[in-house]
Amino acid sequence: MSRQGEERELFAPGHRMCAGCAEGIAVRNILKEAGPHTIAAIATGCLEVVSTAYPQTAWEIPVIHAAFENAASVAAGVEVALRELGRKEGVNVMAFAGDGGTFDIGFQALSGMLERGHDVTYVCLDNEAYMNTGIQRCSSTPWGASTTTSPPGSCSKGESQPKKPLAAICAAHDIPYAATATVAYIKDLRCKVRKALDTEGPAFLHVFTPCPTGWRHGSDDSVELSRLAVETGVFVLWEAVDGDICNLKVTYKPKKRKPVAEYLKKQRRFGHLTDEDIQRIQQEVDEKWEKLED
Amino acid sequence: MVVTGDYSAAYGALICDVDVVAAYPITPQTFIVEDFSEFVADGLTDAEFVKVESEHSAMSACIAAQAAGARTFTATASQGLALMHEMLFVAAALHLPIVMPVVNRTLAAPIGIWCEYNDTMPERDTGWLQVYCETNQEVLDMVIQSYKIGEHRDVMLPVMPSMDAFILSHTVEPVHAPSTDEVADFLPRYQPQAILDTSNPMTIGSFAPPEYIQEIRYQSEVTMQKAREVIQQVNDDFAQTFGRDYHGLIEEYRTDDADVVLITMGTVTGTAREVVDDMRREGKKVGLVKLRFFRPFPLQELRRVAENVEAMGVYDRAMSFGSGGPAFIETRHALYGLDIPVVNFLAGLGGRDVVKEDVRLMFEKTLKAAKEGRAENETVWIGTRGVKP
Repeated sequence: MSRQGEERELFAPGHRMCAGCAEGIAVRNILKEAGPHTIAAIATGCLEVVSTAYPQTAWEIPVIHAAFENAASVAAGVEVALRELGRKEGVNVMAFAGDGGTFDIGFQALSGMLERGHDVTYVCLDNEAYMNTGIQRCSSTPWGASTTTSPPGSCSKGESQPKKPLAAICAAHDIPYAATATVAYIKDLRCKVRKALDTEGPAFLHVFTPCPTGWRHGSDDSVELSRLAVETGVFVLWEAVDGDICNLKVTYKPKKRKPVAEYLKKQRRFGHLTDEDIQRIQQEVDEKWEKLED
Repeated sequence: MVVTGDYSAAYGALICDVDVVAAYPITPQTFIVEDFSEFVADGLTDAEFVKVESEHSAMSACIAAQAAGARTFTATASQGLALMHEMLFVAAALHLPIVMPVVNRTLAAPIGIWCEYNDTMPERDTGWLQVYCETNQEVLDMVIQSYKIGEHRDVMLPVMPSMDAFILSHTVEPVHAPSTDEVADFLPRYQPQAILDTSNPMTIGSFAPPEYIQEIRYQSEVTMQKAREVIQQVNDDFAQTFGRDYHGLIEEYRTDDADVVLITMGTVTGTAREVVDDMRREGKKVGLVKLRFFRPFPLQELRRVAENVEAMGVYDRAMSFGSGGPAFIETRHALYGLDIPVVNFLAGLGGRDVVKEDVRLMFEKTLKAAKEGRAENETVWIGTRGVKP
């Protein structure tokens, strides 16, 4: 890894992301690690809309967008074409999609791409709801979060389902490399990007990206929330090699986990939760870690 | 060789030296993917064959591979085509000359596997060229021509050659097969104009505001219009090289001195040729137009034929509910202002056989309309239980 100052920026400034969007930090750093010999497929979503508005583009690498649910199949198509035409050597093929395009509508295409063993690094930028369409719930939305389709009310505590464990499901495809990462831990993120790209075959990266607009927190708090998600144990940084999900390697373990309330109370999407509700979330996090440390 | 329509399509991909195939099996297209799998297994091609998990991914992977500079091929039918619907627009608007044979099969419900055009007709507005084939030879020849037409610099659009389920797809016929070398002379290597290449990065498939989209739509129409000329050129080149002439957008049969003409598509055309001969022997001056290309639609060609006849019949194997058969609707559009009766015949839906008696009835109804100067009924359902034609 070279020093940041010497590296070429491949995600140009002047894109239209919301102030404080963590996706921008993630994509910029991922592309720095991947370098210019990279071709990316991107799904419809925040990233595509803010970075490719014709006649401009924020991408200094070749990029193709085709639709919402197929970033994995599009990346697969690029990969096989490059292989067939003898242009694959030294070129990374990546896919970028949001949580909606990965957890929900793009899941079938993703599963197919992983199963077929394409040499593609798939990055899911997870902000825990359909943010581009106006903050609707997704299978990535955590229990209790208020979204425009899981509003709290007299009969609702917000989102009623727990978050789908997508990265583990991907790892369970017996792929060579799967990992989780977030923007407060850039070294960890870049290290995982490097491993994913250097691995022959499919790799999956789940990147947790706070969203000031959808989570309703200050635009200067995105990195702090990314850190708090990890320090409280809500989001776990891990990697799994060769699909060995029974032996997840936790790559950063908080010395002493902070109470989840510190993470939740900075976001208005959880503002309606009672102390009891917060306790429920705390208990679920504690149980998750007990299993991890088992 | 004596082969099925499906084999003809797969063999067409083989001799056109495609780089990437991405496909998903669906009856009655299955032989195409099976036959191509055997070509790969036997080392007859070094193409990459991606066995995707859905038709949506098949078209997505073809779009991406074509955008990366490869010549691509896929094939589908019915439900599979419907699942691709969204991506068909993308392939056309990005000007990616993918070739995709479609085996025309009824679209559920009720679920069935036999011939109907209600799968391809709803795709007529996606920006793909559409051509309907009559024989297995035509299927093979149109796969070759589709690459040449689609990849032409003035066109750069995807092409969908269609064949009737089972009547062609699963029926063997003698087919003359050109060699890979002969095809290579006729069809040069694909020369893409803009590709995904790290030495020249570009963004393909942008988000665009209203300030730009209308021009992009206009460009699609310009290229579709230019395709008319290119289709004829390629047809003529092909005829000169391989000795088989399909006459371009339409083919006329005994129309020269005809009083009435029937327009048919696909395999019903073969039956109709015999009926024309029978009726000619009886002294009835009937003729036939085989509607080959549905996109671009042969507006001027049909009008020219109509100018010399007293009535026209149009056979449809699909219905646009609440309006009429798609071929009928478009023919009427082509004939606007001409004062002749035009009769629409619906038959063979869901794969029901269309036999000589059915076609004879179409001619008789059209002759009656010519004599009376008007059609008794504009839409005639033939062979429908409980419905008098």
